[in-house]
Amino acid sequence: MTTDTLVKKRESRLSRLPIYLTVGVIVTLWTIPSLGLLINSFREPRSIRADGWWTVFGEIFNSATWTLENYRVVLDEGFSNAFANTVAVSIPAVVIPITIAAFAAYAFAWMHFPGRNLLFVIVVGLMVVPLQMALIPILRVYTNLGVTGTYPAVWLAHAGFGLPLAVYLLRNYMGSLPSSIIESATIDGADHFKIFSNLIVPLSVPVLASFAIFQFLWVWNDFLVALVFLGIDPEVRVLTVELADLAGRGEGALNLLPAAAFVTMIVPLAVFFALQRFFVRGLTAGSVKG
Amino acid sequence: MTTPPATQQTQGSESPRTGPGDEPGTNSVLVWLLRIASALILPLLVIAFFFAFDFLRDEDANKALQVVVAVIAGVGGVWGMYWGMDQLINRLPERTGRAVRPFAFVGPAMAILSFYLVYPAVNTTVISFQDERSKAFVGLDNYIRIFTESTYQVAIRNSLGWVILVPIAAVGIGLAFATMVDKLSRRTESITKSLIFLPMAISFVGAAVVFAFVYGFRPEGFGNQIGILNAIWTNFGGDPVNWLAQQPWNNLFLMVILVWLQTGFSMVILSSAIKGVPEVLLEAARIDGASEWQAFWKVTIPSISSTIVVVWTTVLITTWKVFDIVFVMTGGRDGTQVVAQQMVTEFFTFRNNGLGAALAVLLFIAVIPILIINVNRFRSQEATR
Repeated sequence: MTTDTLVKKRESRLSRLPIYLTVGVIVTLWTIPSLGLLINSFREPRSIRADGWWTVFGEIFNSATWTLENYRVVLDEGFSNAFANTVAVSIPAVVIPITIAAFAAYAFAWMHFPGRNLLFVIVVGLMVVPLQMALIPILRVYTNLGVTGTYPAVWLAHAGFGLPLAVYLLRNYMGSLPSSIIESATIDGADHFKIFSNLIVPLSVPVLASFAIFQFLWVWNDFLVALVFLGIDPEVRVLTVELADLAGRGEGALNLLPAAAFVTMIVPLAVFFALQRFFVRGLTAGSVKG
Repeated sequence: MTTPPATQQTQGSESPRTGPGDEPGTNSVLVWLLRIASALILPLLVIAFFFAFDFLRDEDANKALQVVVAVIAGVGGVWGMYWGMDQLINRLPERTGRAVRPFAFVGPAMAILSFYLVYPAVNTTVISFQDERSKAFVGLDNYIRIFTESTYQVAIRNSLGWVILVPIAAVGIGLAFATMVDKLSRRTESITKSLIFLPMAISFVGAAVVFAFVYGFRPEGFGNQIGILNAIWTNFGGDPVNWLAQQPWNNLFLMVILVWLQTGFSMVILSSAIKGVPEVLLEAARIDGASEWQAFWKVTIPSISSTIVVVWTTVLITTWKVFDIVFVMTGGRDGTQVVAQQMVTEFFTFRNNGLGAALAVLLFIAVIPILIINVNRFRSQEATR
């Protein structure tokens, strides 16, 4: 038994009562908003408008209370399309920066070239530049090229904004791998490309996974980049833009909002529950981005 | 600035390690041309390749197919290009190839960064000294307007309010919660922590919708209240309140949303720091007669102070750039505007490039001192380790 559990045992249950109460209050406060939304999303459209979600507790076993109607309407009304758009934006917007950053990080860690340290310092320094600085000039270039509203335009923008952090994290990790592995691979005749793809990338999986999760959640939940570079055209817009549009319609769309919000949240929540440990690591690592 | 795992190796003075056949390459003009070419060819090819998929914009094409093609092109394209580039370099004479190859590895990253961050940072700064259509230079006019006109003064005032209050609440509640659950059973601890942390997975837009059903308002006689806050308020005899229109309190109601989102983050990080405080130290304090309260303030807090600073700074920077919550909840009306949201509103809604750019520059400049302080702090810690 660790000292930790001994200490815990020694304290009587009674003395911990205030702690239980306070923790209970905070957890309740934190859970109520999303719980209310979840309940509302499964209620009859008419009752969502008529009264609050807490009134269901009187009729919780009445099957007439519950319906999937809102989800059906929401998915018919463009959210399935927006979902596909978000997938099409998110996956390359995660993989492209990771690939580019991994090659650069390898070079910074294991190759010789003039200007190596200076370039790395510049990359790290760019973490300070906020996204907002890039909006006007990039949108202008995109408009001149006629590429606003295309997926690649958003992928590359997300890649650009994600790169400094990715290069920084990956370079630090790759640089800490023992040089003996690389030396012995060199003796066996492997070139840089082989060492990178067969040795360094497999060894870097933990840091790649952490960054991937962070970047995925960031891109999936992003509103600003998608709004500016992909736009509000219903054909290409992503979930967050679709949801913001629905929220802007006011009372008329009130019954659809809860279901719509959960459609946008389902993937990040699944990632959260499935990969909580990596999720925490990714967030910690990526907490200064943006 | 980043938390521990990343910090063992930073840039700088450590002597370069040796990879296969590394030696200072030739630095002739030809080699430099090849280096620059190898850095640029790849990104240009990738970009051309991406935009060649023009049918991605064709509205008749099947959506699922488009998505599959988009993903394959985006993912496979990049890998393929690096491989192809490496093959090309293999055809160069060995010495030249060795000198050029690192640039094929680093080049694409540098090219993308130059285009997406370096060029815009410079360009935005220039635009901030120009008029709304970016046609003529207007000197400091945009900056003077930002600091004299009430719309922007309010935005700056609000943003300052956000960066002061949100970190206090998020870090304070996070710290208190982490300390308390540490004393509960492991099972209770992990369940309650998950519940507090869960909002981290929700987008800012999603959170705005969640809170639309908290702050919801209907005037007297227009049906039952469906927002829980008004339901409670009217239940106690109050008149229904349009919370998001009550100046200046509406700012606080918006801040609550960000606190709701960020507390989980600070709680999780602080919790792991608290678990790292040696039990021996706490035990020694208790033996010396310290109460739990004193042990917390005299032992735990000093031990985790650097983590607190990191978490604080992180929440602060996130808060400073808050945009989505205000944009979706109020659109900046009723005196709720903040700098990051006002920037997008000027640029997007009012088409005023100059003012938008000046606000972006303000966002940028304000974070620099915070980061410098943090980096210095971090460096001195590394030095004393």
